[in-house]
Amino acid sequence: MILAGLLIITAGGGILAWVVGAWSERACRWVALLALCADLALLIFVWVSYSASGGALMEPPWLLQIDYPWIGPLGIRFHLGMDGLSLLLVTLTAFLGIASVGASWTEIREHVPAFHLTLLWTLAGTMGVFLALDLFLFYFFWELMLVPMYFLIGIWGHEGRVRAAYKFFLFTQGGGLLLFAGILGLYFLHARNTGVYSFQYRELLQGVASSSFAFMLMLGFFLGFAVKLPVVGLHTWLPDAHTEAPTAGSVVLAGLMLKTGAYGFLRFALPLFPNQSAELASAAMILGTIGILYGAFLAFAQTDAKRLVAYTSISHLGFALLGIYAGNRLALQGAIIVLLAHGLSTGGLFIVVGALQERFHTRRMDELSGLWSSIPRMGGVAMFLAVASLGLPGLANFVGEFLVLTGTFAVSPVLAAIAALGFVLSSIYSLWLIYRLFQGPERRMKEAPDLGGREMAIFGAIIAVIIWLGVYPQPVLTTAKPTVDSLVSSATYVMQAADEFGERERSPYEETGAPEAEYDER
Amino acid sequence: MTSADVLHLLPLIVLAGGTIIGMLGIAVYRDHILTLVITLGTLIGAFVTLRFPLHSPNEYITPLVQFDGYAIFFLGLLFLTALAVAVMSYGYMRGRAVVREELYILLLIAMLGCSVLVSSTHFASFFLGLEVLSVSLYALAAYLRSQPTDIEAGLKYLIPAATSSSFLLFGMAMVYAHTGTMELSGLAQFATGTWHKSDLLALAGMGMILIGIGFKLALVPFHFWAADVYEGAPAPVTALIATASKGAVFALLLRYFSAMGIQVREPFFVIFTVVAIASMFLGNYLALFQSNLKRLLAYSSIAHMGYLLVAFLAGGRLAVTAVMFYLLAYFITTLGAFGVLTALSNKDTDFSHLAGYRGLVFHHPLLGTVLAVMMFSLAGIPLTAGFLAKFYVLFAGVRSALWLLVLVLIVNSVVGLFYYLRVIVAIYQPVPLTPEESRAGQPYRPAPSASLIGGVLLVVLTVGLIWLGVYPGPVIRWIEALLGL
Repeated sequence: MILAGLLIITAGGGILAWVVGAWSERACRWVALLALCADLALLIFVWVSYSASGGALMEPPWLLQIDYPWIGPLGIRFHLGMDGLSLLLVTLTAFLGIASVGASWTEIREHVPAFHLTLLWTLAGTMGVFLALDLFLFYFFWELMLVPMYFLIGIWGHEGRVRAAYKFFLFTQGGGLLLFAGILGLYFLHARNTGVYSFQYRELLQGVASSSFAFMLMLGFFLGFAVKLPVVGLHTWLPDAHTEAPTAGSVVLAGLMLKTGAYGFLRFALPLFPNQSAELASAAMILGTIGILYGAFLAFAQTDAKRLVAYTSISHLGFALLGIYAGNRLALQGAIIVLLAHGLSTGGLFIVVGALQERFHTRRMDELSGLWSSIPRMGGVAMFLAVASLGLPGLANFVGEFLVLTGTFAVSPVLAAIAALGFVLSSIYSLWLIYRLFQGPERRMKEAPDLGGREMAIFGAIIAVIIWLGVYPQPVLTTAKPTVDSLVSSATYVMQAADEFGERERSPYEETGAPEAEYDER
Repeated sequence: MTSADVLHLLPLIVLAGGTIIGMLGIAVYRDHILTLVITLGTLIGAFVTLRFPLHSPNEYITPLVQFDGYAIFFLGLLFLTALAVAVMSYGYMRGRAVVREELYILLLIAMLGCSVLVSSTHFASFFLGLEVLSVSLYALAAYLRSQPTDIEAGLKYLIPAATSSSFLLFGMAMVYAHTGTMELSGLAQFATGTWHKSDLLALAGMGMILIGIGFKLALVPFHFWAADVYEGAPAPVTALIATASKGAVFALLLRYFSAMGIQVREPFFVIFTVVAIASMFLGNYLALFQSNLKRLLAYSSIAHMGYLLVAFLAGGRLAVTAVMFYLLAYFITTLGAFGVLTALSNKDTDFSHLAGYRGLVFHHPLLGTVLAVMMFSLAGIPLTAGFLAKFYVLFAGVRSALWLLVLVLIVNSVVGLFYYLRVIVAIYQPVPLTPEESRAGQPYRPAPSASLIGGVLLVVLTVGLIWLGVYPGPVIRWIEALLGL
């Protein structure tokens, strides 16, 4: 019931906020905030009770499940389930949701009730995506989160919002329909093989025999998720959408919506099509590496601070793709940490840029400089988030990217070496961002207040979690362990990828698990 | 003819009787509301009497019509559609200085034609129903005579429809000449067997019939009349043409061809595939450039007929369910969209220019929201019936492995999004004041001619649309029960 409760609290909170908003905008903001806080409290309760039980589960790997018939004649069920991975991502959703309501507290002044309705419905759709265990239901939520997001960009965005919203919607919808064709194809393929008509994840998990048809289906899944992630080549919607969206929209886009793509790979594309994914693994890893470098290069070339942050997302999620398709334990754990860390650091940077825009009405780095002396607190926060984003050891991103590289090295040292260049490039663009905005000659800008209590609370929470993940990521790794284990055990694609890259034997510590153990003790 | 047979045919009798009562009513006392009430009463009566054939669906009375579950579904749908159109027309006609009452009579006659069409099992009833429908639609399209666009619409509808009727008749004659039967069962017997070279005459006749049907459905390449007729005809009539007329013809197409099963055989499969692909692409492509909502919906309906053909081509029971669900969703959506358009029209012109819809949601929140929901449904976005309808069509297509058509449908769904989103963007764009408006001090606001009953209708349609999109199980089960699955 907790799972349905999460969706009901979020979606219902949105409606309540909308209703209350007709009477008082302030109350509307509080209702939205409290609904998300209730979600977060519920999730922490689940997490704590799960940890306390020592990881004993009714039906591994699911912590919680609900399952009701929905559209009976077609074998569609309302089936939600939460495992460690879902728990982490849903918690991230609630956390960033709170941050984005806080970040729009003074930024959004028009149509406030409708804004909170759309924001909370986007979050509800995202949670649904992370929880759905029926493929039709998954697709339903997948599409559902797009519509409010489209309005979020299209109504409350910046100058080029209409075009950006269009582009966002068309790209993701196109990818989504390919995904849908893949789902339907799988449904009928499964029915032909077993005689059971079902969209249930558990049913479909039984694996598909290798055939060119199954490969096409996998490609449908891959493309659907690749648009969201985004994989280089399908990324062109991202800079526009992220730049033009209001702050809350950018935070949700970068922090959560991109994660749904990665989640799709981890939950569906790989487990449903292990053999077919193996054939694609090397290509996907190369694309991931290209993404890391390409995103970083383009980030460096931007003059719009928000666009710069948007391009860094491509680079960071390149690591996630690399880790997912490298497919061994370390790389998968790393990919999951990258997802969380990127959500926090990039979400935080978007809030910084949003705060700047609210104060100075520009995001152009050539119009802003030397801000440190007038708004030192914001400078400090931005500095912290930038070094987190460039992967400073001791902070969350470092853990994730380091694990991905270690894992990748076992499969393909060459790609790992090239991807490691991403660290250098990310240092350049991150420091460049800080240099352009906060250092350099002081301009005569209009007076602006430094970060207030509300903003400091948001950033304080984000920074605390980034440090926690960077110093002691073990609870997160433990929570995600069952998911990673089942992925690794089904991951024949790892070996094949290793074969293709000419590795005769697996890296020695794959068998001993030594680095992971070492890491645990740190 | 026993009393049981009369009961069985009661829906048609009520409809015909109501039409006559309406006509006599006008002769005695001409009153807008009275005629409306008679019309609504007739339609409700016809709808309620559907329960008689429902309990004995396969009792075959005449060789011309059969009220099986399939026909009853469409009859019910058509009666409710006509009800909605009549309600819409009330607000629309109220302020106009024209003769208003005959519109309702023509509407009832058109319904009579549709009813015969969807239950037809014989070429004679097929043709009879089609002509009754068409003739009343000619008059309806040109109903507001004072407007030149209406006359144009009437003529533009008359000429293709008459042409298509002659194709149809000639085709029927050819089929009859070869097979010696005009009954569906006889035709099915012929069509399911193996074909020889000597059967060419009958097959060519079938092709001719298809041309006739293609005209009615405005499938590419027979689509030229659609945009102009949609634009010129009064908004409620356009709604009727877009829903009842197309739906009834599609129901007929499906009944004949699923009985004969020739759409999945060469060369008809290729012909239908080409027509479906062309309709999807051309309809969507042309809709991209429209700045008039009626024309936009006209081209979008061409594309939607193309989507429906995908399910039709898939064949089998699933395809029938898919088509029925799709038409149900499409009817609700189209009625909703035209309902908003009708409500916004003032007494001189139809409110169809997209520019006028800018910022609609801010001064008419209800109408703006309803139109946005309808557009999302047409685009096939979840929470609306359009999503499940599209799902059903894809479902049928994938099941029969029509991959080319499925891919074309997917590409076209994305293209379609472009223009549906344009409407939605317009609805949510705040309107900047033009110089004249700021001089006048008041921005231009459309003056709605909505009636209370029209508003209720829109709310009901929207709620129905979302209900179908969220919890369609009972409706699907009901459709399957009607089909006897």
